[in-house]
This record gives sequence, structure tokens and C-alpha cells, in this order.
Amino acid sequence: MLHIVNKSAAERSSLESCLRMATKGSAVLLIEDAVYAATNGNAAAAKIQAAAADLKIYALGPDLAARGMAGRVLDGVNVVDYGGFVDLVAEHSNCQSWL
Amino acid sequence: MQFGILVNEGPYTHQASDTAYLFARTAIEKGHKVPRVFFYHDGVNNSTRLATPPQDDRNVSARWSKLAADHGVDLVVCVAAAQRRGISDDILAPGYRISGLGQLVEMGIQYDRLVTFGD
Amino acid sequence: MSDMDEMDDGSGIIKKFMFLNRKAPHGTVYALEGLEVVLITAAFDQDVSLVFTDDGVFQLMKGIDTKGIEVKDFSKTYRALEGYDIEKLYVDQASMDARGLTEDDLIVDVTVLSVDEMANLMAEQDVVISF
Repeated sequence: MLHIVNKSAAERSSLESCLRMATKGSAVLLIEDAVYAATNGNAAAAKIQAAAADLKIYALGPDLAARGMAGRVLDGVNVVDYGGFVDLVAEHSNCQSWL
Repeated sequence: MQFGILVNEGPYTHQASDTAYLFARTAIEKGHKVPRVFFYHDGVNNSTRLATPPQDDRNVSARWSKLAADHGVDLVVCVAAAQRRGISDDILAPGYRISGLGQLVEMGIQYDRLVTFGD
Repeated sequence: MSDMDEMDDGSGIIKKFMFLNRKAPHGTVYALEGLEVVLITAAFDQDVSLVFTDDGVFQLMKGIDTKGIEVKDFSKTYRALEGYDIEKLYVDQASMDARGLTEDDLIVDVTVLSVDEMANLMAEQDVVISF
């Protein structure tokens, strides 16, 4: 399953809810304001790094770049473009947007 | 593969409609099909032809219209949500139509994937 | 429900739909308009699960009185869902615990699931729509 999160972890609990419900081996894609969680020094970075042991973590590159965060991505987080986003949706049998 | 797309927020205030548009355009470029986009909640506000954003900004409503014209995407605006928000047939931009929630459910039944974009 | 009769898509396909409610009522419109989608989906004879997690569990509170805020009280609609053959209602145990709620506080009968049970239920769906 592909989980999509779009809100900053400092503003909403959606990332936390997502990580709680994501089963081992599933994928989490951070888009829009959620990408901040996948950057060095962010308060949510430890959660992302811990989750990366069991889950595949992706972040949308154009959203990182638009926020000046392209050079700060955590090790273990895979950066994808919109084409990669489309591929992730196609590769997983279902998806959930944590709005 | 066929993707259905659900847009739950209006233009400009939220990034949802922009992200949905870029996802849809990219999916089509990669050879997938996006037969329908469904606009719900404040997402119905994407459909108005009355918006006139500044020249140097993107026109969210119009670029959905162009995607519809170029690739046959069915832009469906929820009737109940539209009526609540003052969106009616006479102010729709090209390519949009107003219909029932059944059109959303059909996307879930008939297409390979349904992807939601919202707040 | 005037448009419910036209709701057979003719494909004969039955998919597993999960409607995931994560937001409290009234503060935003998502709970109300989400419920409208659930009612329409029922007319398509799909395999529907209605799930409440996070602040979504507040939608099911007994004793809701919206007169003072002058908006529609749609909480009674949850009790009518059985009549639409929507019988799979689930709530998340951890979300209830975090809000000091028990099943006795809720307006309808629900099945309480652990995080793992909820996660597995979600993973097996064909379509998940979150409000």
C-alpha cells in the first residue's frame, strides 16, 4: 500500500497517524508541506528515520525544491519527481491520502 | 493504467489542485489514462470561468480545461457541493460538467486507482 | 436521494471501499460531505467499511445538540446506515483511549479494532477515501 502525507508534522498529526497504521513493507510518500519532516534537523526527522527501518520513505523533489529543502534530505529517504509519484501509485495495489 | 482523481480543495488557498493537476498531466505523459477528475468539497471552486488570476500566475481552472480538451479528461463537479457554494452551469469553465456523487463512486469501481488530493 | 436509482454502473464489479473519517464534525464540512458519499456508495452494492480514527471518533458522540450553532445535526444519520446495508462500522481503540471515550459514548454499535487490526483492514481495501 502507498500512503501519501501532505501536511507538516509540526501542524497536523497526519504523519503520526500514517506511520501508526502503515504495515511493514508499505510505502510512504511525503508531498507538499509534509516534505519538511524528511529533512535534516527537523523535529520529525527521528520519526522518519525510525520508520525507514520497516517502510519505504519517499519525498516529492519538486516540493522539496520549492521550499529550499532540496539539499537537506535525510539519508534513507528516496526523492522522486511527479513521474516517480505516478509510478508509486501504479506499483501499489491501493493508496491512502492522509488528509 | 486508469487513474481516477479526487480534488477536495479549491484553487490557490491549497496546493491540492496544483499537485493533482501535475500528477494527472504526468500520468498522461507517461501513457496512462485519466478518464475523469472529480471535484468535491471546496474543490468545486476550481470549475468557475470567472476567476482572473494575475498574468504572471498559473490559471488553475483554465489549465484543467486545457487538459480536458487535449486528452478527453471528464471534469466532474459534485452537484450537491456546487449548489452549497454557488457554482452553477452558467459559470463553468470549458470541459467541466456538474453531476452527482455517483460519478465519484464509479471512478472507484471502474478505474485501477483512485488518488485523493486535499487539505 | 433523488439520484440513487441511476446508481448501478452495470459492471457487476464489487470492490472493497473504506471510508476513513479522521476529522471532528462541524469545525469543517468533511464529516458531513463524507457521509453523503457513503450513502451514495451504498446504492452501488459495494463492500463498504466505515472507519473512524483520530478526531473522527467524535462524529459518533451521543448527545450532540447543534441548535446553538445553527447547523444541521447529521449524527442521527449514522443510526440510519443499517437501513442502507452499511453494517461494517469500525473505530480505532487508541483514538478512543486518547480522547477518554468508550463504546458507551457512541450513538451506534461499532467494532473496536486494535492498530494492527485496523492497519490490516486498510491494507486489504481496493479503494480508500479519507475525509
